[in-house]
Amino acid sequence: MSERGVVVLEDGRMFVGQAYGARGSSVGEAVFATGMTGYQETLTDPSYHRQIVTMTAPHIGNTGMNRADAESSRIWVAGFVVRDAARRVSSWRAEATLDDALREADVVGVSGVDTRAMVRHLRERGAMRAGVFSGAGAEATVADLVAMVRAAPQMAGSDLTADVSTTAPYVVPAVGGRRWTVAVLDLGVKSATLGHLARRGIEVHVLPATSSFADVCAVGSVGDPTRPDGVFVSNGPGDPGATEGPVEVIRAVLAAGVPFFGICLGNQLLGRALGFGTFKLPYGHRGINQPVMDRARGTVQITAHNHGFAVDAPVHGPVEAPIGGLGRVEVSHVGLNDGVVEGLRLLDRPGFSVQYHPEAAAGPHDAEYLFDRFVDLMSANPANPAVAANPATQAHPSTSSVVN
Amino acid sequence: MPRRADISSVLVIGSGPIVIGQASEFDYSGTQACRVLRAEGIRVILVNSNPATIMTDPEFADATYIEPITVDVVTSIIERERPDALLPTLGGQTALNTAIALHEAGVLDRFGVELIGADIDAIEAAEDRERFKAVVARTGADSARSRICGDLDAAMAAVEEFGLPVVVRPSFTMGGLGSGIAFTHDDLLRIAAAGLAASPTTEVLVEEGLLGWKEYELELMRDHHDNVVVVCTIENLDPMGVHTGDSITVAPALTLTDREFQRLRDIGIAVIREVGVDTGGCNIQFAVNPVDGRVVVIELNPRVSRSSALASKATGFPIAKIAAKLAIGYSLDEIANDITGSTPASFEPAIDYVVVKVPRFAFEKFPQAEQTLTTTMKSVGEAMAIGRNFTEAFQKALRSLERPAGSFHWSGEPARGGALEALLASTAVPTEDRHVAVQQALRAGVSVDDLAATSGIDPWFIDQIALLNEVATEVTRRGLDPDVVRRAKRHGFSDAQLSQLTTTSEDDVRHLRHREGIRPVFKTVDTCAAEFAALTPYHYSSYDEEDEVTVTGRRKIIILGSGPNRIGQGIEFDYSCVHAAFALRDVGYETVMVNCNPETVSTDYDTADRLYFEPLTVEDVLEVVAAENRSGEVVGVVVQLGGQTPLGLAAPLAAAGVPILGTPPAAIALAEDRAEFGRILAEADLSAPMWATATSLDDVAAVAGRLGYPVLVRPSFVLGGRGMEILDDDDAVEAYRVRALAGGVVIDARRPLLVDRFLDDAIEIDVDALCDGDEVYIGGVMEHIEEAGVHSGDSACTLPPITLGQRIIDQVREATEAIARGVGVHGLLNIQFALAGAALFVLEANPRASRTVPFVSKATAVPLAKAAARIMAGATIAELRRDGVLPLDGDGASHPPDAVSVKEAVLPFKRFRNAAGQVVDSVLGPEMRSTGEVMGIDVDFPRAFAKSQAAAFGGLPRRGRVFVSVADRDKRAMLGPVSRLASLGFDILATDGTAQTLRRHGVPVGPARKHSAGVGDDGTPTIVTRILRGEIAMIVNTPSGRAARADGYEIRSAAVQVDAPIITTVAQLAAAVAGIEAMGSGGYAVRSLQEHSRAVTEARTAAGAR
Ligand SMILES: Nc1ncnc2c1ncn2[C@@H]1O[C@H](COP(=O)(O)OP(=O)(O)O)[C@@H](O)[C@H]1O
Ligand SMILES: Nc1ncnc2c1ncn2[C@@H]1O[C@H](COP(=O)(O)OP(=O)(O)O)[C@@H](O)[C@H]1O
Ligand SMILES: [Mg+2]
Ligand SMILES: [Mg+2]
Repeated sequence: MSERGVVVLEDGRMFVGQAYGARGSSVGEAVFATGMTGYQETLTDPSYHRQIVTMTAPHIGNTGMNRADAESSRIWVAGFVVRDAARRVSSWRAEATLDDALREADVVGVSGVDTRAMVRHLRERGAMRAGVFSGAGAEATVADLVAMVRAAPQMAGSDLTADVSTTAPYVVPAVGGRRWTVAVLDLGVKSATLGHLARRGIEVHVLPATSSFADVCAVGSVGDPTRPDGVFVSNGPGDPGATEGPVEVIRAVLAAGVPFFGICLGNQLLGRALGFGTFKLPYGHRGINQPVMDRARGTVQITAHNHGFAVDAPVHGPVEAPIGGLGRVEVSHVGLNDGVVEGLRLLDRPGFSVQYHPEAAAGPHDAEYLFDRFVDLMSANPANPAVAANPATQAHPSTSSVVN
Repeated sequence: MPRRADISSVLVIGSGPIVIGQASEFDYSGTQACRVLRAEGIRVILVNSNPATIMTDPEFADATYIEPITVDVVTSIIERERPDALLPTLGGQTALNTAIALHEAGVLDRFGVELIGADIDAIEAAEDRERFKAVVARTGADSARSRICGDLDAAMAAVEEFGLPVVVRPSFTMGGLGSGIAFTHDDLLRIAAAGLAASPTTEVLVEEGLLGWKEYELELMRDHHDNVVVVCTIENLDPMGVHTGDSITVAPALTLTDREFQRLRDIGIAVIREVGVDTGGCNIQFAVNPVDGRVVVIELNPRVSRSSALASKATGFPIAKIAAKLAIGYSLDEIANDITGSTPASFEPAIDYVVVKVPRFAFEKFPQAEQTLTTTMKSVGEAMAIGRNFTEAFQKALRSLERPAGSFHWSGEPARGGALEALLASTAVPTEDRHVAVQQALRAGVSVDDLAATSGIDPWFIDQIALLNEVATEVTRRGLDPDVVRRAKRHGFSDAQLSQLTTTSEDDVRHLRHREGIRPVFKTVDTCAAEFAALTPYHYSSYDEEDEVTVTGRRKIIILGSGPNRIGQGIEFDYSCVHAAFALRDVGYETVMVNCNPETVSTDYDTADRLYFEPLTVEDVLEVVAAENRSGEVVGVVVQLGGQTPLGLAAPLAAAGVPILGTPPAAIALAEDRAEFGRILAEADLSAPMWATATSLDDVAAVAGRLGYPVLVRPSFVLGGRGMEILDDDDAVEAYRVRALAGGVVIDARRPLLVDRFLDDAIEIDVDALCDGDEVYIGGVMEHIEEAGVHSGDSACTLPPITLGQRIIDQVREATEAIARGVGVHGLLNIQFALAGAALFVLEANPRASRTVPFVSKATAVPLAKAAARIMAGATIAELRRDGVLPLDGDGASHPPDAVSVKEAVLPFKRFRNAAGQVVDSVLGPEMRSTGEVMGIDVDFPRAFAKSQAAAFGGLPRRGRVFVSVADRDKRAMLGPVSRLASLGFDILATDGTAQTLRRHGVPVGPARKHSAGVGDDGTPTIVTRILRGEIAMIVNTPSGRAARADGYEIRSAAVQVDAPIITTVAQLAAAVAGIEAMGSGGYAVRSLQEHSRAVTEARTAAGAR
C-alpha cells in the first residue's frame, strides 16, 4: 500500500489518505472548491495563497498541467486534498502531470480522502485552519499535528497581498493597438484578467500591492500624463479588513474621478473605501457554478467565485456612501444562493466592482461583459481627454461585442 | 416573471409506446410535468396511448386520454377540451412531431391553442440537419462537412471529397433509422442505396466520418430572460460512431480541461440562442478531436430527451419539472432547487461523484441481427450507477445490467497467440461487450496505448480498466486480506467478483467483509457537492468514510425495482413499484426505493420517501437493508412488483434474514418448480400441457414422439437468450438438432431441454389476480387475439374477453383461486391459460406483478398494484374492499361489456438488420420481442382494436391494396376476412396458391409477382418492390411450417421497412378486418380515462346492486 498522508483540522478532525505531491508538512486555512474542471487554474490562482484546498470533484489531474492554463507563474495553495489523484494524464494539451507539478512546487498533497466528509464538516462548523502531513511529517502524534495546525496564523486579520503581488511594475501591451492605459493594483492578479484587459485595447500597467496613489497616477495615459484612463484592483488572498494600503489608493482614485473597476478583493476594498465593513463568510464561495443576479440587466449569470469574505452593504436600493463625499452607491449584483453582496456600483462617480470572477479561468464566460463595462466607463468619462478629443468614441462606447 | 395568468389549461402529449430510442424516460418527464402543472392549479389534459405509464394514471391529469397520438385524434381532444396551451417538449420526438403536424394542419390556430415551451421555427431549425448546420455556422462553430445526395453518383462524389469513412443518413427518417457508417465503397453503395430507397425524398446526407473522435453531450436549460445553465456534461466512453444511447457514458466529463469545457459551453449557449429554443431543456452533442481539440457540433434536440433524464438522475436537477415551470412563465431564478430548498434552480450542479450509464441490449432475441454498434440506436434499456470514483461507478453499473458477460472477469488464462490476435481485433469493433474485450486484452499484456489506438477509447478510461486488473491481481496474490478487500471495494469489486478471484463462496466473502467492518457508506446526491445541506434522501453507496443516512426511527418498507428495461421486463414493472410506494406512504410507512434504472419514475427522488440508486444484487440490497435498519425499522422488502429481478432475490435475501413481504420465498419457489407446481394443479384437478425433459439433443425426437407433435422446446441454459422453438415433426426436430449443435447449445442431464406438448390453435388467456392468502380477487381476464404460441407479451389482448363464454370464465376463476391458494400467494399472481377446444390448460403461473397490471388497472379502474402493496403490508381483500381500494362488489372477471380495452404490442424489428442490411424477420413466436404496448379503449371490440392499431403503428388502412399470401393451413380461415376486405372496396393481390383459393370463392384477386421470380420481362415489379414503393396498404403473410422462416421473409422485411401494417396470423387478420369495418369512414370518438373509469365503476355498482 502506498505512503500515508493525513489532513488534520484545527478542531481535531483527521482524515487519513495517501501522500501525494510533495512530502512534508504544511498548514493553512481549509477551504473547498466545487469546480469539476479547472484545478490548474485554481492551484495557480494567487487568491488561494495560504489555503489548503480540497477539491470536491473526485478525479483530479486527468488532464495534467499546461502552460496556457496557468493563472500566474506558480502554484500558490498551501496544500491540496483530493479523492482520486490521476494515475495517467489524457489531454492533447497536457505538458506535465499534476503530481510532478505539485512536487516541483513543493506542495504537499493528500489523496484518497473522503473529501465530501471534509466539505460537510467545514460547511457545518465553518472555515478553520488545517494541516496536510506526509512523509516524516505524518509520523507525529495526532496531538502534535493538531497543535501545529493551531499554531498557524488565522486567515482573519491577515494581509497577504504583499506575498503574492509583483515586486516590480511591468506592462502588458494592448492587443491590436492601444486605446487606453490602465493601472492595475496587483493584489494577486490572474493572467486571464490581464488578458481580458489587454484584448480590449488596454495597455496594462501592473503595479505592486504597496503602490501609492502617486504611483498609480504616474502611469499616466496618452492624453494625460498625470493619470491613467482607469484603475483596476485585482483579486487576492487574505482579509480585506487587514488590507489597508489599497483602500487609501482607491479612495483617492474615486475622489479624482478616475474610472475604477475591482474584482474580488478589489470589490471588498472598494466597499471599505466607501465606508462599508467586510465580514468572513461561514465557509466562503469557491466554485464555478454560482448564480449571481445582475440587477441592471435582470438576468442571472453563472459565475466563478473564490471568496471567504464579503462586503456588508445594504442590499436594497442606493445609499449614500458612508464615507461621505463619494456620492451614492448601490449593490449591483447579488449572489442568489445566500443573498451575499456580489457587486457594487457608484452612481455619482465612474466606478464599480464585483465580488466574483468575470475573467473566469476557471469558470463560465457569462460575466465577461463587465470588462466592456469598464471600457464603456472610460469612454464615457468626461474627464478623459482621449474622449473629449474624439467625440466619436463617446457615441460608440465599445467596439468589442457584448458576449452575454 | 411569475407564472402566466393567461394559461389555465394545458394539453400535454406523451411519447406513446416504449420503442428503442424512446422509452420510459418520457414517462418520468411527463409525470413530472403533469405534477408541476397541477400543483400550479392548471387543468392538465394528457394524451398518451401507453397504459403502462404513471403519467396516464387518472390522478395525474384532469382529463387523461389513452388514445392514439395522431393528428386526427389529438384534434378531437383539443376540440373537446379547448386547452389554452400545448406543451410538446416532454413527450420525446413523438410529441414534438405531433405538435408540428397540428400546427401545420392549422389546428392550433383554429382552436387558439398556444404552443408553450417550444417554438415551431426553433424546432425546425434544430431538426432539419441542413438548417441546423447553417445555424451552427452562424455562431462561428463547426459542423461535420456533408452533402445532400440524390443518387449514388453524388454519394460517390461526396466520398471523393471527404474520404472514407462517411456517415450516411436518409433524409426525413426518425432517430438515426436507416443511417450507417460506410468504411468501404461497397458499404457506401449498399447503405446509400437502402437509404435512398428509405427516404421519402430520395435523398441521403453523406457526412464526413468523425470516427474515433470523442463524443460529449451538454444538457442545457434556458428561460424567457435568456438565462442559460448547463445542467450536466456527459462524456461518452465509446468514441463517435456509436450512438450515445448505445454508448457507455460518464458524468461529469472527465477528460476536459476547463478551457475546453467552457468552449463547449459557449458554443452550446450560442447555438441554443441562435436556434431560438425559447424555454426549457435541450441537449447538444459534440465531437472533439482528441489530437487537436477541434470541436464539431453534431446535433441539438430542442426538447427533454433520454439524456435529460439521465442528467436529472445524475445530478438531482429535475430538468423536466423545471422545463414545465419555465413553459408557464417562471424564470430559473424564481424556481427553488428542491434538493437544497434554500437555493434557486438558476445554477449549474456540481457533483462530487462519478456517474456511469451502460446500455442494455437484446440481441439474444434477434439472433439474425448484426450486433455491431453504429449510428442507429439498438439498446432497449440502460442502467446507471453512482460511485465516488470511476471504477466504483463503472463496476456497479455493469453488475446492474444483470448480464454476467457484461462484467469484468478474471477467469481462465489470459489469451495468447491467435486468440489474443482475435481479441485485439475485436476491440476495434464496437459491440455490446467491447469493454470486457479491452479488459481481457489488458490482462493478456496489451498496452493501454495500443488499446486506445484500436478502440478509440480515451486512454484515461482504459488505464482505469488496467487499474481494475491490477487490483484483481493483488486480490489473487494476497487473498482476502482486509486492506486488499478494502482497496478492491473502493474500485467497485463485488463480493461475487472477490469470490471468483479467491475461490471463496460469496457468502464467506461477505461474512469476512462484515467481520472486518468493511461496509459501504451512503452518500447523497445533492446538486451542489455538499456546499449546501440536502433535504432529499437520494443516496448511493460508496466505500468511503462518512455515512449520511439519517435516523428517522420510522417503520420502513423497501421496494425493489426492476433494473434496466429489457424485453420482457420494462416500464410495466416500474409502474407497479411506484404504485406500491404511493400506497404504502399513504398508510404511514416510510417507503424506500432501490433501483438502478435512470429512465424511470421510481428513481425520481420525489416518488418514494427515500431513494437508493443501487444495483439490484443480493450484496447491494443487503447493504441498503442494513443502512435502513440503522435509520429505523425495516418491516420488510417488497420483491414481487419489479418483475423477475427482485423475485430472484427473494430467496437469498430471506436466507440472510431479511423479511420478505407478501408471497413467501418458499411459495415463490413452489410456483417456479414444474414438478411442485404440477402437484398443486393435480390437487385442484387442473392440467398443464404434457411435458418431459430431454437430456441430450439425440433424445429430443423420442421425447417428442412420446408427447406427440407439435412440441415446444426450451433449453434450460443458453447464453443470453431462451431459444424457445415450436417443432412440428421429426424433420423439424432434426433441423433443430443441427441448428442447436451449430449454435453451441448444450443439452445434458444438468441442463436438460424442456419439451412441452404444444397446444395448437389454442386461445391464450391471461389473468391477473390478488390473493391475501385466502380470498382471491380477479383483477382481470384477458383474451389474446393471437393464438397460444405467440408470447403473451407480443400478443394483442382484450378485456373483457370477446369469445369466451361464462362457463369458461367461471372455470378460469376457479382455477385461479385454486392456484392462488395452492401456492400461497399474498399479493399479485399472473396466470396464463390456454383453451384448446373445450379444455383449459395452465401454461404458467407467476407469483408476482405482471406486464399487464397497468393495463388491467386502467381497463377496470382498480389500482391492482396499490392493493397488492397493501396486502403485502397485512391488509385483507375484505378490508381493501371496505377501504375503497378494491370495489365493494364484483371484480375484474365481471367487466361491463360496453367498455372494451385492447392492448397491442409494439415490436422493434425495424431497428435490427442483418449483416446484409435487411431488417430481421417479424414473425411472432413464443419468445417475447416487443418493447412496448398501447391501449385502445372504446365501446366495442372492433373499435377498440382499431384504436390500438392506430396507436401502435399509425393504423389500419381504410382503402387501397391488400397483399395476401398465407400458408396452406390458413387458407380456409382467411377466406372470410379477405372476402370481407374485397367487399369493403380493397383491391386484393395474392400469390398463386392463395389467389387460387380466393378466386374459387369468387373473390376478385389481382396477381402479385413473387420476389423469387425477379423483375418481369416487361418490367413488372415484384411484390417486394411494390411494398417498398408504398403501393400496398396492408400485408397479410402467415408463414407456412413454423421452422421455415425464410418463406415470405423478404415480404415481411419490406413491410417492416416501410412501416406498412403487417399481419402474420389469421386471428390478427380477423380482428383487423373487424377494426377496419368499425372505423368506417369517420374518425374515432374519444373519451377520457376518468370518464371511462366512472362508467366502469358505475356499471359495477349497478351490477352489484342487482
Ligand atoms: N459525422 C459523424 N461521424 C461519426 N459518427 C457520427 C457522426 N455523426 C453522428 N455520429 C454518431 O451517430 C450518433 C447518432 O447521431 P445523431 O446525430 O446524434 O443522431 P440521433 O438523432 O439518432 O441522436 C452520434 O451519437 C454519434 O456517435
Ligand atoms: N404448451 C404450450 N402450448 C402453446 N403455447 C404455449 C405453450 N407453452 C407456452 N406457450 C406460449 O409461449 C408463450 C411463452 O411461454 P411462457 O411459459 O408463458 O413463458 P414466459 O415465462 O416467457 O412468459 C406463452 O405466452 C404462450 O403463448
Ligand atoms: Mg443524438
Ligand atoms: Mg408467460
